[in-house]
Amino acid sequence: MKQSIAFWNILLKDMKNYYLKPPNISWGIVFPFAWMLMMFIRTRTVFNIEEVFSGIVAMSILFGTTSMLSVTITFERKSRSFERLLLAPIRMELLITAKITGAILFGIFNSIIPVLFSVLYFKAAVADWTMLVTGIILLSIISTLLGLFISVSAKEVFEAQTYSNFFRFPMIFLCGLFIPISALPVLIQPLSYLLPVTYGVDILKYSITGDNALSIVLDLAFVITFCFVLFYSSLFFIKKKWII
Amino acid sequence: MKEKIIEARNLTKKYDDFTAVNDISFQVEKGEIFGLLGPNGAGKTTTINMLTGMAKISAGKIYYDGIDLTKNMKKAQEIIGVVADESNLYDEMSGYDNLCFCGSLYGLSKTERENKAKDLLNIFRLNEAGNAKFKAYSKGMKRKLTIAAALIHNPQILFLDEPTPGIDVASARQIRDLIKTLNEKNTTVFLTTHYIEEAERLCDRVAFLNKGKIIMIDTVNNLINAAKDENLIEVVLKEKISEKVQFALKLNEEFPYVNCSFKNDDTLNIISSKQIDISPIVNHLSSQNKFIIEARLHRPSLEDAFVKWTGIEIDLMKKEKEKK
Ligand SMILES: Nc1ncnc2c1ncn2[C@@H]1O[C@H](COP(=O)(O)OP(=O)(O)OP(=O)(O)O)[C@@H](O)[C@H]1O
Ligand SMILES: [Mg+2]
Repeated sequence: MKQSIAFWNILLKDMKNYYLKPPNISWGIVFPFAWMLMMFIRTRTVFNIEEVFSGIVAMSILFGTTSMLSVTITFERKSRSFERLLLAPIRMELLITAKITGAILFGIFNSIIPVLFSVLYFKAAVADWTMLVTGIILLSIISTLLGLFISVSAKEVFEAQTYSNFFRFPMIFLCGLFIPISALPVLIQPLSYLLPVTYGVDILKYSITGDNALSIVLDLAFVITFCFVLFYSSLFFIKKKWII
Repeated sequence: MKEKIIEARNLTKKYDDFTAVNDISFQVEKGEIFGLLGPNGAGKTTTINMLTGMAKISAGKIYYDGIDLTKNMKKAQEIIGVVADESNLYDEMSGYDNLCFCGSLYGLSKTERENKAKDLLNIFRLNEAGNAKFKAYSKGMKRKLTIAAALIHNPQILFLDEPTPGIDVASARQIRDLIKTLNEKNTTVFLTTHYIEEAERLCDRVAFLNKGKIIMIDTVNNLINAAKDENLIEVVLKEKISEKVQFALKLNEEFPYVNCSFKNDDTLNIISSKQIDISPIVNHLSSQNKFIIEARLHRPSLEDAFVKWTGIEIDLMKKEKEKK
């Protein structure tokens, strides 16, 4: 009971202080539009919405969450308010879960606009809604956990930002969004399969066109495994590095 | 022997090769104000961090209420409140919201934490600033709110890493009074400080810490007494004595177990290695029609004791702090 009060209030505080601030909300709305525009320019014609849909959704989530979480955590560590959380009688697992939940929800929120726009305006056909929602949730979780992993190594806020981009930009090209993995140089292909986002994107593709590269079961298994690995390895490093 | 609420046994903290805290042992009694006094880098913050679960322990054990919690500091965190050496509340949140949030971290219900937050704002005279953002607070107000935040869950023990760093005299005094009052209401206080007067004024017992080692640990009175080599009583007379040397000589003949001399024309110093019974001397003086206006025991201060036991120059310590 006590732990759930703490959990809920940490989440609520992060929502109020970070995620529900007007600049972040507008980011969640403007950013997906920017991606759509980019797609449009890239194809130079009226684009095929089913083709770019998963890309826009995935990018919106990835760019909404990763740096958001790593920046807020690094900021709190820097201003030392994070100490309050470490000093509270809350299990570390719960504390970190509370911190990431806000970012995960923000990631899901970021996906809403592109989904609505694609479906309502561009009349995109979604083949499997359950898988779309599952994919969005899993991608939000995995992008947030990447942010958590980054915040373990960052000491300054600008570092968190830089590391986030360092991870994200190569990911865009490696995860099969714009260039099919099979079209990548053979030497680089294994790298793609090491990225959790690759599998998340594949789930999205499956849910929209049914035309995905890997088996959906494999995708789900990989993403969930990645989630656990990232969560527990972050936790391990947090315990090791933040309580010295 | 009073009940001990904290016991540290052979605590050691190493940062790689550097030993910040070196095999220290001490006990904190329930209901007391215990002070850790030492210069920069002595290991005060490191000790607090170990006791509060903010630093890993390299060796040794920590007991709370007799229970070994070395490996289970989360358990200890339920009954302690911690004020770090710097303010660490949320800048963007109001004082009131900060307090309520801190309360929620300890599982207080909404009404519990709201009531307690209002109480604390009252006690710390921050009512008017309650709705202002923390970042707009003055240094003294920030310190007060940080202490209030550590009290939101009614902890049994309050840890204070430097109660009044860089705070003006009036605010510092107010904070010390609050700590005293809190202690009278049964909260055990563990504080660190480099202000010797602060330790002397506030603490029941003090440990001198230097280079990670505890040099002395005792009640303030015992530390002071142990530091004084002799007893000195100053007797002030209303009228000046013209023939001081002879007068003193006579006194020394009369009272061979003390050593009398004149500090100046009207002040007589009576020195002995033992405790001095001054009544016969006072009687003697009054029989000679000397009007005594004051007789006082010269008390060495905790500062004298600190210098004697640690060999640290106080002025140097103060200067170092100012540099910081
Ligand atoms: N994270 C760390 N890594 C390496 N050394 C450290 C670390 N933290 C503290 N130290 C060293 O340990 C020693 C004790 O530091 P500590 O902060 O406990 O001193 P202190 O008594 O609190 O001093 P101050 O009065 O300046 O607050 C210092 O020499 C410091 O340099
Ligand atoms: Mg310190």
